[in-house]
Amino acid sequence: MTVLRHTWFMIGRQTRNLLREPIWIAIMLVQPMVWLILYGQLFKNVTRLGGFGTTSYVTFLTPAIVVMNAFFGASWSGMNMVFDIERKFVERFLATPASRLALVLSQIIRSALQAGLQGLIILLVALALGVRIHTGVLGWLAILVVAMVVNSAFAGFSQGVALLVRRESTVIALANFLSLPLLFLSSTLLAPRQMPHWMRTLANVNPVNWGVRAARAVVLPGTDWADVGVHLGYLVALSAATVAFASYAFRVYQRSL
Amino acid sequence: MDAIAVEGLRKRYGEVQALDGVSFAVREGEVFGLLGPNGAGKSTTVRVLVTLTTPDAGTATVCGHDVVRDPGAVRRTIGYVPQESGIDRRATGRENLLLQGRVHGLGGRPLRARIDELLELVGIADAADRIVDGYSGGMRRRLDIALGLVHRPRVLFLDEPTTGLDPEARVAMWAEVGRLARQESLTILLTTHYLEEADELADRLAIVSRGRVVVEGRPSELKSGLAGDAVHVELANGRVADARAVLERAQAPVEAELPDGRTLVSRVPDGGQALPGILAALARASIPVARVSIHRPSLDDVYLHYTGRDFATEDTAATR
Repeated sequence: MTVLRHTWFMIGRQTRNLLREPIWIAIMLVQPMVWLILYGQLFKNVTRLGGFGTTSYVTFLTPAIVVMNAFFGASWSGMNMVFDIERKFVERFLATPASRLALVLSQIIRSALQAGLQGLIILLVALALGVRIHTGVLGWLAILVVAMVVNSAFAGFSQGVALLVRRESTVIALANFLSLPLLFLSSTLLAPRQMPHWMRTLANVNPVNWGVRAARAVVLPGTDWADVGVHLGYLVALSAATVAFASYAFRVYQRSL
Repeated sequence: MDAIAVEGLRKRYGEVQALDGVSFAVREGEVFGLLGPNGAGKSTTVRVLVTLTTPDAGTATVCGHDVVRDPGAVRRTIGYVPQESGIDRRATGRENLLLQGRVHGLGGRPLRARIDELLELVGIADAADRIVDGYSGGMRRRLDIALGLVHRPRVLFLDEPTTGLDPEARVAMWAEVGRLARQESLTILLTTHYLEEADELADRLAIVSRGRVVVEGRPSELKSGLAGDAVHVELANGRVADARAVLERAQAPVEAELPDGRTLVSRVPDGGQALPGILAALARASIPVARVSIHRPSLDDVYLHYTGRDFATEDTAATR
């Protein structure tokens, strides 16, 4: 119970600080809009190649952009931890009865909630662009849940790395190193049928692609809910593993003091 | 029962033996100073006592709770004002205090009232709802102290409370600490590398050097333990060995040689009475003297006496 209460307090603090600088939320939203609007228009004829399940490229793109945005946001999440460690904020709470787990968990949950909120905004913009989600409200919810789970899976990893290395530059380098390969090794921008065979094989073990696949399935006709469930299940399992990694990394950090 | 009892603490960081068997005891209700140059092991000692770091060996208890076996109980009992503050700079002073109070299990009206009281006590009530980024160094330090006091701890740890403050803010902080000790009926352990700060604030103190406590006692006791005055004789040339022999014969035994390589420190019962004899003896031996001064015993001398080393030199050497 203490863990949950303290996590709630810490999320409150992070959210408040974030809202004090809404410019960051604006910047974080501009990038997905660039993909959705500019990229979506530029490549709108790509669906003629076939295998997209729809003739509207922006419809194909929308769920994937929500997932991509969640993934990108998560890969930077460790920065907040490095910042809090450098500013000795974490140490101050280590000398109090504050829950240790809450210090890490709050970062991951806050990051996931942020991804969910940004996802909702992207979906609303897509709605204005004429994108319709085949499975309706349930589909909207499913996409946002997928986005939040993708986010927590990668946020857990980023937090863990941040706690082990405690250097901003390393966290940035890792985020840059991971984002493009994982993006291109997924069906985010292109139908799987149009991908080279070896890339499609690698995409099967790419967690970003699990999210894209699950989120896209609810948008297009012929939704296979079992497949959505399986991929969401993989993502939940991965999240549990990375959160465990982050909490192990926190103990390593504590021992280093 | 002692509020803090420390016995044989040892801690090594890589090549550095930060603590090499630190032992001391702090009585309930007193202001206790850990005095030593930078790098002596003061902060490490505090970090062990506030459960941030586990020692390699030795034991420490705070209000009877063992810091290693029962860290939870220690954390509920203590307030910790670290050397580097750890304030959330993007939040207001009041928001920082609210969060601190909440993780200590406080809330609602009692917490709000306590925060108002503390803001008043440390004198930042006017700035309470401003973002901390705009605070001056002195205001941040006051907020730090308020954060350490939210849950009415029995023991407060102040790690270098005045480092980085200008002289005026430092004197104000001294008054503050004295007042807090009385009003909040606290036991305070403070670390400092300012001799005058320890002298001013501490009821008792331990001098720490190279990971060990070299002496423990009241500042006045420590000073009066050094019978008499110190006479510093700076030689105009480098004939230190000759001068040393001359001084010994003149009943002014040399206690130490300062690191400048030209100044000898002698201990005599009364500096004023001894001086003419010392100067005459040096003149007879044709040893030219550049400067002579008489010092009433200070903590500087206490440090020199117990460690054989000069405080200021060690302090700056460690920071380089």
